[in-house]
Amino acid sequence: MALKIVKGSIDRMFDKNLQDLVRGIRNHKEDEAKYISTCIDEIKQELKQDNIAVKANAVCKLTYLQMLGYDVSWAAFNIVEVMSSSKFTYKRIGYLAASQCFHESTDVIMLTTNQIRKDLSSPNQYDTGVALTGLSCFVTPDLARDLANDIMTLMSHTKPYIRKKAVLIMYKVFLKYPESLRPAFPRLKEKLEDPDPGVQSAAVNVICELARRNPKNYLSLAPLFFKLMTSSTNNWVLIKIIKLFGALTPLEPRLGKKLIEPLTNLIHRALDLLYGMVSKKNLMEIVKKLMLHVDKAEGTTYRDELLTKIIDICSQSNYQYITNFEWYISILVELTRLEGTRHGHLIASQMLDVAIRVKAIRIFAVAQMATLLDNAHLLTGNMQRNGICEVLYAAAWICGEFSEHLENPMQTLEAMLRPKVATLPGHIQAVYVQNAAKLFSTVLKSQEGSTEGTAAQETSQLMIDRLPLFVQSANLEVQERASCILQLVKYIQKLQQKEVEVAEEVSALFAGELNPVAPKAQKKVPVPEGLDLDAWINEPPSESESEDEQPKAIFAKEEPKHSRSRHTEVDEKELARRREARKQEQANNPFYIKASPSSQKVYQESPGVEHIPVVQIDLTVPLKVPGLPMSDQYLKLEEERRQKERADKKKKEKKKRKEKRSGRGRRHDSGPESEEDITPAHMVDIVTEEMPETYILPTPDNRLLTMSSTSIFLFFFIEQKSSKHKKKKQKKEKEEKEKKKKKKHHHHHRHHSDGGADESVQNGTVEDEEPLPVSMCLTLNHKVCDIQGNLQDGSQVVVSVIFENKCDSLLKSMEFNVLDSLNSKLQRPEGSGPHDGFTVPFQLPPGVSNEARLVFTVQSIVMPQKMKGTLTFIVKNEDSSIHEKLDFKLHFTCTSYLITTPCYSDAFAKLLESGDLKCSSVRLEEVNMPFHHLLARICFHHHFSVVERIDSCASMYSRSIQGHHVCLLVKTTVSIDAKCDEPTLLGNVLDEIKQTFSQC
Amino acid sequence: MMRFMLLFSRQGKLRLQKWYTATAERDKKKMVRDLMQIVLARKPKMCSFLEWRDLKIVYKRYASLYFCCAVEEQDNELITLEVIHRFVELLDKYFGSVCELDIIFNFEKAYFILDEFLMGGEIQDTSKKSVLKAIEQSDLLQEEDESPRSVLEEMGLA
Repeated sequence: MALKIVKGSIDRMFDKNLQDLVRGIRNHKEDEAKYISTCIDEIKQELKQDNIAVKANAVCKLTYLQMLGYDVSWAAFNIVEVMSSSKFTYKRIGYLAASQCFHESTDVIMLTTNQIRKDLSSPNQYDTGVALTGLSCFVTPDLARDLANDIMTLMSHTKPYIRKKAVLIMYKVFLKYPESLRPAFPRLKEKLEDPDPGVQSAAVNVICELARRNPKNYLSLAPLFFKLMTSSTNNWVLIKIIKLFGALTPLEPRLGKKLIEPLTNLIHRALDLLYGMVSKKNLMEIVKKLMLHVDKAEGTTYRDELLTKIIDICSQSNYQYITNFEWYISILVELTRLEGTRHGHLIASQMLDVAIRVKAIRIFAVAQMATLLDNAHLLTGNMQRNGICEVLYAAAWICGEFSEHLENPMQTLEAMLRPKVATLPGHIQAVYVQNAAKLFSTVLKSQEGSTEGTAAQETSQLMIDRLPLFVQSANLEVQERASCILQLVKYIQKLQQKEVEVAEEVSALFAGELNPVAPKAQKKVPVPEGLDLDAWINEPPSESESEDEQPKAIFAKEEPKHSRSRHTEVDEKELARRREARKQEQANNPFYIKASPSSQKVYQESPGVEHIPVVQIDLTVPLKVPGLPMSDQYLKLEEERRQKERADKKKKEKKKRKEKRSGRGRRHDSGPESEEDITPAHMVDIVTEEMPETYILPTPDNRLLTMSSTSIFLFFFIEQKSSKHKKKKQKKEKEEKEKKKKKKHHHHHRHHSDGGADESVQNGTVEDEEPLPVSMCLTLNHKVCDIQGNLQDGSQVVVSVIFENKCDSLLKSMEFNVLDSLNSKLQRPEGSGPHDGFTVPFQLPPGVSNEARLVFTVQSIVMPQKMKGTLTFIVKNEDSSIHEKLDFKLHFTCTSYLITTPCYSDAFAKLLESGDLKCSSVRLEEVNMPFHHLLARICFHHHFSVVERIDSCASMYSRSIQGHHVCLLVKTTVSIDAKCDEPTLLGNVLDEIKQTFSQC
Repeated sequence: MMRFMLLFSRQGKLRLQKWYTATAERDKKKMVRDLMQIVLARKPKMCSFLEWRDLKIVYKRYASLYFCCAVEEQDNELITLEVIHRFVELLDKYFGSVCELDIIFNFEKAYFILDEFLMGGEIQDTSKKSVLKAIEQSDLLQEEDESPRSVLEEMGLA
């Protein structure tokens, strides 16, 4: 026996282990099959020995061979033997092999029942663990039946490690042995509230899986899941729960209502991301998706949110991403069909903006607006202020101003003078009246031209008939304009009756084009001589006057509460007296009309809306206003247009390529079109003086990573341009060559090239070779696009670096190194010194890009930081390889330490009241963008979330990785008041925000 | 539920496979072959998701290695992509900037990590820390097993 052991051990020394096998296979590429068959013979010999170590080694090798596709079913019994070993090392290998090789028809499985049961009850949790893991792969109905009880007990094990595995495997057991579900379910449900988050998420997974198969049995769990959804911070679990609710809501409609709030909160975060994701290429597709959601959305708040997001996304950076404005106008028109939106004004201003600035779109826009006016009755159901009827303001104005494009101006004129118009809000009526006059002049012109004198007179009569309605208007503006125009038309009619041609003169009233004015145009107006803008015209006002410019109470530096409370202390009597006085005054005021029905409606929008019974009309076909375009068709058209363009381009490129065989630089010739290739169908009249700097945003596929991992993005483009003037250069004489050498040298030793020392440092390796194969021109281009810290660890920042090889040679042995500072250190692999670099774990073939992740530990996050670093690498050509080096700077901004964290307004208020926060404020100079863009930009670039927005100001919140709270109050006057518990951090964040806006 | 996960190289060599439903060996081989062909033929800018038979395939390329998962129709693709990324992060933490060779030579370790992260096609633990802790502990246990067993001892000479 002893001899046998000795023999076994000696043999073992000569046995191949797994590494040897793998290496062997890699070395026998030509005769792999033959090599492996000898290996299998050896393994068979090894399996015959008693030594369990030898057997386990053999089984391990078999597992590898199984993956390569070789049949190993003959060794099933040996696998069971290894599984049964008392040593964890071998047991682990045995179970792994079993989980890879066994399936339901493997007959030895029935031999394992007792062994598995023994392992499940092992005092060592890892024995139990491997048994459970293995079992999850090869569980059969028999095993499930025999072991269900044991596993059920394990669900209440003291160790969470075992509990979570037991919970997960229960699902497999249920599938194979459904009878076990009933007794196990109560315990499973209990696990939803397990103190360990791992067990909890496992339970959620299993129940979600079960519920998908038979949702109605799990309705009773809805409250529990709801609680989890609102309390859990684990995104993985959240996604599962939301999926589960997706299956449950069709069965219990009341659930939908409850879910709206938590879900919209989640969706808001996603919508903020969209703002940064759009490009010319995907804009239409994204908006189409959003429009679908708008149609389906229940609840006006969410629908309004979507609406503003759509407009934000489309209008950002001067409509930079819109290639087809007809499409955009149709989107806006489609949005007008939303019932009960508060954003009519926003839509209206977009319509006006586009129609004024994009000249080519006017004909189309006018036609659309005319249809809108014609169908105004569909919109006017909603009389709330800021309601959708606001778009009629834009429609009327556009039709009037650009009336020369109208196909049937008479019809539009009639639509504008309908009696129903008088029910619209005053300011809209005013625009109607004014533009009816413009239209009238256009109509006159066409009618006089066609020599039908009577027609023109009839038109005047129509005006005279309809305008008195507006003269009676309660709104002064309407009254004034209407009576003025009425008198004018009456006069015109008189002239017409005398057969005087008046059209020319009438149209002169509205001659000239209204051109858009650039927001910064004022600066261009020269100051007249002798005018001193800095001198006071009057005595400067006393300081106390600027009361309403004071920041809101929550942000005030002193204690404005004092003055406020004094206000409210006015006693009841005084109030009553004032009220009475006011009533008296109103009664005597001829312009005050008491509580008209429409003004009452305005007050009804407050909380009780839910209780108003609303009749649900079930329409399977969406309401379509005749003549209005569907934006979808533009999507299709656009696709066709681009395809055609692409085809044209390809043709051209082919030609070009033929002409230019010399091949300069690599083009992205493969793959779909790039951003710049898409030419817009209409150009926007961009009236800001300079084009906004285009934002270099990560491409969508990179964004996936930003979303998944909080990280810094850095792009390295390594570009090599082959010198196409090589021959020319060779002709030139020594001088020139010398220069070139210096230049080359400069690239190689950029870190210590101070100009003068060049000659002495030359080491003459490359320089001695006469004609250089290519002249290397390396450019480094790194941009920190999105920087974020690691939320789990307050001192870690993950930097994801994307290396892109733009040259034609292979790059390898890349080493990334930075000079550590006291505050920030690169985390290096264990065992390396403080100055060692980080070896990039891949090589880059030409045109390939890849990402490496570096972890930095940061002590203090209150200051931004720049770190110097170098990237060294070898450029490998067919015949030579060169060592190259690039210097770069990593910029850790304070923003990168902020994490977008949603915050509810009450928590926000509490935070501000706590008094722990310090104040600071900043003004942004010369920022000319809509307020919602400003906010979106702060959210996107600086990781804030909007807490609340009230008219002219918005509160925003963010949190640093070390838990500092940062609160902002942003006002339309573009000033930002801020509070934070760390003044230095706050100061730096504000500086960064300022910088962001100074670039645009 | 995830049906299976495959790791294969750009050259079409299978590096890891994990099947969460019992599948006959022949079917496995055919599925692996078909899927590799489809995924390898796709251009870098193409979508990471595709529908295949009754499954959804989610894949992502890391250096020379493709990570490819098959999930059921009702499953969420983005979370699957996260699962892949998390698995890569785990491998990376464990091996210290992982490369394909690490997985080839220590394929059993890669399996152990995967088994601690996913079980029966479901996510077992979303915390990287606790997954790595479990692996570390089991490895320690293994070393305890192995260390006293020197060859001499086994021969009865020590």
